[in-house]
Amino acid sequence: MPLEHLLLFSFLLFSLGVAGVALRKNLLVVLMSVELMLNAVNLAFVGAARLIGGHDAHVMVLMIYVVAAVEVAIGMAIVVNMFRQKETISVDSFDAMRG
Amino acid sequence: MDGLPILSIVTFVPLLGAFAMLALPAHNTALPKKLALITTLIGFAVSLPLVASFDSANTGMQFVESYDWVGAKDWGFMVSMGLDGISIWLVMLTTFLGPIVVLGAWTSVETRHKEFFFWVLALQTFMIGTFLATNLALFYVFWELMLIPMFFLIGVWGGDDRIYATVKFFIYTVIGSMLMLAAMFYLYTLHHAQFGTWSLQFADLMRLEMGLSVQTWLFLAFAVGFAVKVPMFPLHTWLPDAHVQAPTAGSVILAGVLLKMGAYGFLRLGMPLFPGAVAEWTTVFMALSVMGIVYGALVAMVQPDMKKLVAYSSVSHMGYIMLGIFSMNAQGVEGGVLQMLNHGISTGALFLLVGVIYERTHTRRIWDFGGLAKVMPVYTVVFLIVALSSAGLPGTNGFVGEFLTLLGAFQWATGAAADGAGFWTSYGLVAGAALGVILGAVYLLWMIERVFYGKVLVQKNLHLPDLSLREMAVFAPLLVMIFWMGLYPKPFIDTMEPTLTAWIADVEAGESRTAQLPPQLGAPGMQSWDAWEIETGASKQEWLVALPDRAAEDGATDGALLPEGVTR
Amino acid sequence: MHAEHSSLLAVVIALPLLGALFNGLTGRKLKNDTLVHSVALAAVAIPAVLAWVLFFQLAGMDEHGRALHQVLFPWIHVGSFQIDFGLWLDPLSAVMLLIITNVGALIHLYSIGYMKGDPSYYRYFAYLNLFIFAMLCLVLGDNLVVLFLGWEGVGLASYLLIGFWFEDRANAKAGKKAFITNRVGDFGFALGMFALYVLFGTLTPVGDGGINALIAANPNAFDSTWVEVAALLLFVGACGKSAQIPLYVWLPDAMAGPTPVSALIHAATMVTAGVYMIARLNGIFFHAEIASSVVLYVGAFTALFAATIGLVQNDIKKVLAYSTVSQLGFMFTAMGAGAYAIGVFHLMTHAFFKACLFLGSGSVIAAMHHEQDMRYYGGLRKFMPITHATFLAATLAIAGFPFMAGFMSKDEILWWAFASERGGTFAYVLVLLAAFCTAFYMFRIMWMTFWGEHRGAPEGHGHGHAEEAGHGHHDDPVADHHDEHSGPPKESPWTMTVPLVVLAALSVVGGFLSVPPIFTGHESIDFSLHHWLHPVLASSEVHIAQEYAHAGGLEWGLMALSVSVGLAAFLVALVLYRGKDKTYDFFAARLPRVHHLLWNKWFVDEIYEGGLIKPLVFFSREGLWRIVDEVVIDGIVNLVGEGGKITAIWVGKTHSGDLRASAGVMTLGLLLLMAAAMAFGILDVDFSALTELFGDSATDGAAMGGE
Repeated sequence: MPLEHLLLFSFLLFSLGVAGVALRKNLLVVLMSVELMLNAVNLAFVGAARLIGGHDAHVMVLMIYVVAAVEVAIGMAIVVNMFRQKETISVDSFDAMRG
Repeated sequence: MDGLPILSIVTFVPLLGAFAMLALPAHNTALPKKLALITTLIGFAVSLPLVASFDSANTGMQFVESYDWVGAKDWGFMVSMGLDGISIWLVMLTTFLGPIVVLGAWTSVETRHKEFFFWVLALQTFMIGTFLATNLALFYVFWELMLIPMFFLIGVWGGDDRIYATVKFFIYTVIGSMLMLAAMFYLYTLHHAQFGTWSLQFADLMRLEMGLSVQTWLFLAFAVGFAVKVPMFPLHTWLPDAHVQAPTAGSVILAGVLLKMGAYGFLRLGMPLFPGAVAEWTTVFMALSVMGIVYGALVAMVQPDMKKLVAYSSVSHMGYIMLGIFSMNAQGVEGGVLQMLNHGISTGALFLLVGVIYERTHTRRIWDFGGLAKVMPVYTVVFLIVALSSAGLPGTNGFVGEFLTLLGAFQWATGAAADGAGFWTSYGLVAGAALGVILGAVYLLWMIERVFYGKVLVQKNLHLPDLSLREMAVFAPLLVMIFWMGLYPKPFIDTMEPTLTAWIADVEAGESRTAQLPPQLGAPGMQSWDAWEIETGASKQEWLVALPDRAAEDGATDGALLPEGVTR
Repeated sequence: MHAEHSSLLAVVIALPLLGALFNGLTGRKLKNDTLVHSVALAAVAIPAVLAWVLFFQLAGMDEHGRALHQVLFPWIHVGSFQIDFGLWLDPLSAVMLLIITNVGALIHLYSIGYMKGDPSYYRYFAYLNLFIFAMLCLVLGDNLVVLFLGWEGVGLASYLLIGFWFEDRANAKAGKKAFITNRVGDFGFALGMFALYVLFGTLTPVGDGGINALIAANPNAFDSTWVEVAALLLFVGACGKSAQIPLYVWLPDAMAGPTPVSALIHAATMVTAGVYMIARLNGIFFHAEIASSVVLYVGAFTALFAATIGLVQNDIKKVLAYSTVSQLGFMFTAMGAGAYAIGVFHLMTHAFFKACLFLGSGSVIAAMHHEQDMRYYGGLRKFMPITHATFLAATLAIAGFPFMAGFMSKDEILWWAFASERGGTFAYVLVLLAAFCTAFYMFRIMWMTFWGEHRGAPEGHGHGHAEEAGHGHHDDPVADHHDEHSGPPKESPWTMTVPLVVLAALSVVGGFLSVPPIFTGHESIDFSLHHWLHPVLASSEVHIAQEYAHAGGLEWGLMALSVSVGLAAFLVALVLYRGKDKTYDFFAARLPRVHHLLWNKWFVDEIYEGGLIKPLVFFSREGLWRIVDEVVIDGIVNLVGEGGKITAIWVGKTHSGDLRASAGVMTLGLLLLMAAAMAFGILDVDFSALTELFGDSATDGAAMGGE
């Protein structure tokens, strides 16, 4: 498979992820979009691994998965807490850092 | 005395007292002031050996101490201190005023006594530290540290508009200091470029070779920082607000010592480091000084608030000091330094006097008074003597300083007119400065007439108590100094004379040295001779050899620039 | 000239200082008036005696070394500027010393009677002693800085004494006016001193190596323009201290002080300081011809100008004040014409008769219960014979009655004004007219005060005017020092009349202390002032102009002219004022516009007030303070502050708390950073690999790990 297809696909996924973070109101969806971005990056690394060879890229992929897992766990915990505070998980309601 | 770190002791005794203060019970009104008084008296006592052991003939730093405190010696930061003829009397003035300030504030602090005296003591340390520092970083640290106690003193214990005044004071000063900091960093890199090591010791910085254009920029950066502190016109507007809103003790310290910092900065750093720039800018600074003298006096004249009047008179007096310093002759410079001492004593006394009446009546407006001479005769006499000292009556300290600075300015004018600054400009400036003689009497005597003479205008003023014993104890040393320095200033002058004479010679030598350096030397990218050679493609040898021809073009007639045997 | 050392000089100046300190510090506590005035009187009388001792010591010395010197302590030593506090007694300062201490002692004695019962008795005598100390420093100083100490010191004493009864604001104002006007003069004086220092490298006028000696030895070595400038600047100082145009305005107001003060300070001594200064620096003025002309014409013009104002004043002290300004003008005319010894001579005779006149007026004022308006006087001859006799003697002296003191000195001045190389006919005419006016207004006083019928004040009129605010406003009338508050005027006590008699006697015979050469055949007699002052003025000999050098007849003629002018003035006054019972004033009735102008002092004070002072205050308040300081400078400062605040608020809007916005900004920022990094070469992205990737798909595909 041509590498450029893979990279393009990765780029598209990444942009979707960015769009999701920027445009969606639901905090859970934002989290999911962040996951999407991470996975898109992972994809790019996989392609790079095929290109370059060697172990380094594979290691990166695994590392990113670990980080993503941890991040999701903590992120979900924070979201649950935020819901408990405000009874909503709409991004717009959390503006305590105004000013 | 050998081996005893006397300077550190003198510097840090007040701070130790301050820390001890923290251990006192809160809300106590009697103990803090007593502790402060004892500390400042001890501080004064330990500073006396400085005078006793001072060697006037030695024009360099004495009692030198050097500590590699944070291990940053290789990066240029060292705690190094020294005392010379310029700083000795300023340090003595600070320690002398310490107990007087504390005694003066004995009954005027109403809340948070502990904190108040803590800041007063801390300020003492920071001020003395500034005078004694011989490392630029240390100097800067103390310089900025001084602002903190002042900020709180004005901001917490000040008058109604104190927040505006203290913030204004702080920001004004800090902006000036920022420029100084930038220049300081540049000097830091310059030293490394020229000598390979990182150092901020004054002695090391004096050896830097800087061409005129670099000197000009750096000088102006330092000058702005110092000029704000002096204060020189037009950077003076923080002073009236700060003084009016400050508590009496704050005003006395501000006028007595803090204002000297700016002039000290010029003496210690601004002028010796950048002598070439000084020569170029002397006329401008003389003009600003004269404007300060006249402007300060005229605006003082129309003030309805006594404290503001004295504040503007400070602006006027500092003009004399700068006039003397920039005149670059023995009489002017020594007169200028003397005036620094005189101003500390006389204006400090004036603020204390205004504080006395404010404590009793809670007003400083001139039209709230009248006829006080009948009610408080001793106070009147003291006020009159101090005012006349401020106005330069012969026999008082003010006369000696004023006379010498004006004489110095006149001699400068004689030289400057010959050198092409223009006859009318130079002598006009001197005449303008001499107007201060008239105006000084005008604003003081007019205030005295309205406050002390005539009938008592406000009923309750009829029963004002005259000076108490404590208040007399505050003024007595000041009055003694007024007459001592007025009639027998010899010990004070003799102590500083060799150092100041050497200082003048150094600055003048620096001027001619600068003329021999390429103007661009020291600029970014051309910081050392090698770099300059690379950048400009010229060679140092050629430059030096071509000096006489260039000097002839510029019209210089200094034969010292000519190599042996060459005639024009 | 090698001067001998003398230790007495220090004693002479120390005693008055000690007297002042003693009375000043203890007077309030001890409350003993007798102690106060005894100490004060001794503090002046002993120096008076010592002055005679020193005088005779000087007289016994050889003319060429006739000086006594004493250095007290080093004062200001900075570089080459070396000033010691030293005292120097030579013939010139000896004359001044004698006048100051002896006339001063008489006036101290007089004050005992005059100030009796005043609640601030001790303060008065402390100030008076302080004045004597300062005046002695002025005349005995061996260099100009010590002189300046005395110069300002007498200004201080004058300020304190004029405003002595300070509860009346007007008195305090007058004191302030005196001090400040003096300071205007001091401005010139200080600049003059600096010029002298730059020229000569020293501020010592006397002795070998002194300024006079230096310029006499080699006048061409010094830039003549600067010598002129220095002389003019010094003269500005003299104008301030000695009340010449345009700085004379403080002297008439100074009459607010007690009358003995007016006599001592504003007649006999302080105001003569300017004349003394010129005499002391005669070398400078001798070589400064332009400045000398200025001195001559300013003096002559002032003499006439002030005399005209004195013609119509009704306050007796004011007339005498303007008379003093006028007589000082005479002295400066002499100095300008180069007749330095004669100027000093007139200084001396003026001290005698003017002090006598002032003290006499004080006697009258006291007797008339502080009334100073002459319109309420009249016929006092009957009530106060001694005062009358002494006042008449002094009047005759000042008017130039032949062979009395004033005649001797004034006539010399007139002659020199006309005939000197540096004189001028115009100056002569001015001074002659002034002489006429002088005689006129003096006899006017005689007619209004002592001769004719007693008019007296109407019931309830004035216990004192603004000028002399009745010895302090005490609540207790018993404390007033006059035994009764009403009743006919009485002669004053002996403490007051004895000085009057002494001074009157001096006014009569004092002229013989320096008989003009014309009477003695142009050869100096041993006891003439010319001869006495010769060592001091030797190198500043100005001569009578060639054409008049041997015109003895002309001199006699001019003398006759001046005598007849005086006589004419007497006659005119007689015609206008004899027999006038009411407060009739010729000028007021017949020449109302002239009267208005003269009575209002040519509106000079108003011109100063409106043209100089008010605009300056207005400009300082509205222009400098309100506009420059508050609007412009503080405006910029506050703008910086406001700007900071506004920027902060505006930038702070990005902190909306909106998470998505934050995320967006973060991303944007990151992208920008990366772009910037790439642009600046910090981040090197090798795009070649990418183009390779996307460019040649066939090759890449193969490179991807072959299929």
